[in-house]
Amino acid sequence: MELWYRLLSVLPFDWAQPGRLMFMKNALLAILLLAPVFALLGTMVVNNRMSFFSDALGHGAFTGLVIGGMLGFLVPMWAAVIFSVLFSVAVTTVRYRSGMAPDTVIGVFSSAAVALGIFLATGSGSGTARLSAFLIGDILSIGKKDILLLVLVLGGVLVLWALYFNRLLLISISPSLARSRGVRVFREELLFTVLVAVIVTISMPWIGLLVINSFLVLPAAASRNTASGSRQYTLLAVLVSIVSGVAGLFASYAADTATGATIVLVMTGFFFVSMLLGRRGAG
Amino acid sequence: MGKQFHGMTKISCSGFCCTKIEHFGVHAGHAEILRDVSMHMHCGELTALIGPNGAGKSTLLRAMLGEIPHTGELHFLSASGRHAGNPIIGYVPQTLNLDRTAPANVLDLFIAAGSGRPAWLPASARQKRRVAECLERVGAEHLANRRLGALSGGELQRVLLAMALEPIPDLLLLDEPVSGVDQNGMKAFYDQVSTLRATYDLSIIMVTHDLDLIPSYADRVVLLDQTVLANGSPEEVFGSEPFRAAFPAHAFPVPFSMAVPGQPSGPVMPESGRTGNPKAGRYTIEQLKALVSGKEETP
Repeated sequence: MELWYRLLSVLPFDWAQPGRLMFMKNALLAILLLAPVFALLGTMVVNNRMSFFSDALGHGAFTGLVIGGMLGFLVPMWAAVIFSVLFSVAVTTVRYRSGMAPDTVIGVFSSAAVALGIFLATGSGSGTARLSAFLIGDILSIGKKDILLLVLVLGGVLVLWALYFNRLLLISISPSLARSRGVRVFREELLFTVLVAVIVTISMPWIGLLVINSFLVLPAAASRNTASGSRQYTLLAVLVSIVSGVAGLFASYAADTATGATIVLVMTGFFFVSMLLGRRGAG
Repeated sequence: MGKQFHGMTKISCSGFCCTKIEHFGVHAGHAEILRDVSMHMHCGELTALIGPNGAGKSTLLRAMLGEIPHTGELHFLSASGRHAGNPIIGYVPQTLNLDRTAPANVLDLFIAAGSGRPAWLPASARQKRRVAECLERVGAEHLANRRLGALSGGELQRVLLAMALEPIPDLLLLDEPVSGVDQNGMKAFYDQVSTLRATYDLSIIMVTHDLDLIPSYADRVVLLDQTVLANGSPEEVFGSEPFRAAFPAHAFPVPFSMAVPGQPSGPVMPESGRTGNPKAGRYTIEQLKALVSGKEETP
């Protein structure tokens, strides 16, 4: 951490000088760690047409956080992660086994989760103040301990990504083809969903439920507009995510706005630019 | 087509290499999709699987792949006795099942399917060479860097065929491999498949609706509708009663000129098909082809 603070002091910003605005420095580091994680997972979310599904995972995570806050056992975060994982396993299993239209299954679970979360939160008499913290999120609230957690998460995701990417890519191109090549589609998708659930839950207090799905979907969607191969797709998504994250953080600091939403706006800008570029390239 | 064998090693089948499907059944909820389906295929044989829409043809292939739960058993015995039990199955899905908007090229697809090295790392020279070899088998080596979405229907099917052949399978399942491919592409694909079957001694099962091409390429035809209705050589099956019931537009009324001497002539086809009696096929493939190509004139 000290190394990071010293590195930053080179930057020509007022807040970057030694001893000033620690929260800003932590937030910048957090974004540099979170952005690649979300971009990587997002490429598969978009490939597998799971945008709506990952949104539901966010709702599950929200409820998990409310429950975690109420129970307060160990650290609330772990209760939340456990709930989100159970929730994601339930949705995936029902989605696969019931034969119902996926959007119906997702809609049902998503609404149920949010309703439960609000019900519990308001029932315990704590009012809605805590709720809105989860809805909007605050990346400036991130602490040193959280950053350590993020380093571990980024490492874990990179390892899993190296191991599972090929299988997930094959599933996204054709599940039948993947099965014929010995890929256990249900198992791999379940693992992927659990991974998304864990990461969404951990980051929700910093990014906020309302925009967290955009962090997953937008960089990948922007990259997909122009990428011609898997490698380009992945790299571009990570790049868009990091650039938007950093630019959004600075902009939100300057304009005194919510960081998560500001970053998403920058990402949206990338998306539309890439859409225009992609259109021209295809024509 | 014969000249394409040049330079390839023909692996001979000792006659013992075969695949048996025994009493396959598939249920979806309370609905019975397949019932007591049994088939027997020798290596080097191309079996055309035909039947009306919803007959369970694709379901049968997916059950063979182990994709959906089923009753009954799949037995495989290789020529050398090298392995028995689970055959290596290659599968070419219907075109429609592919996400053609995926930001992935042909090389990515091969690497994703065939190696542990993540496709987002640069491909090694060895991998590229391997993929080029696979594509060469189907004459598609120029497609390696093409985006999946930029492939024509025929090209995509070639790529998928090349994938299904790596590793060389014992059993190749093709699910309407050329739906949505133009006439030329279709013939080219069938020629390719025939060559591969002979070169690698594969058992091929192909779901198809191109009844006109079956006599030229298939050794055996299975008419499926929940269960096996007819099973035999193309002429046997095309002449069978269940076939005429399922495909009235394709049934051959027997022209008087072709009536077999000593048999009652007329528009009624002699009953045959399920017995497996080699005499049951009364027409040569050439005669059938002539009939098929002229089917517009003979209602």
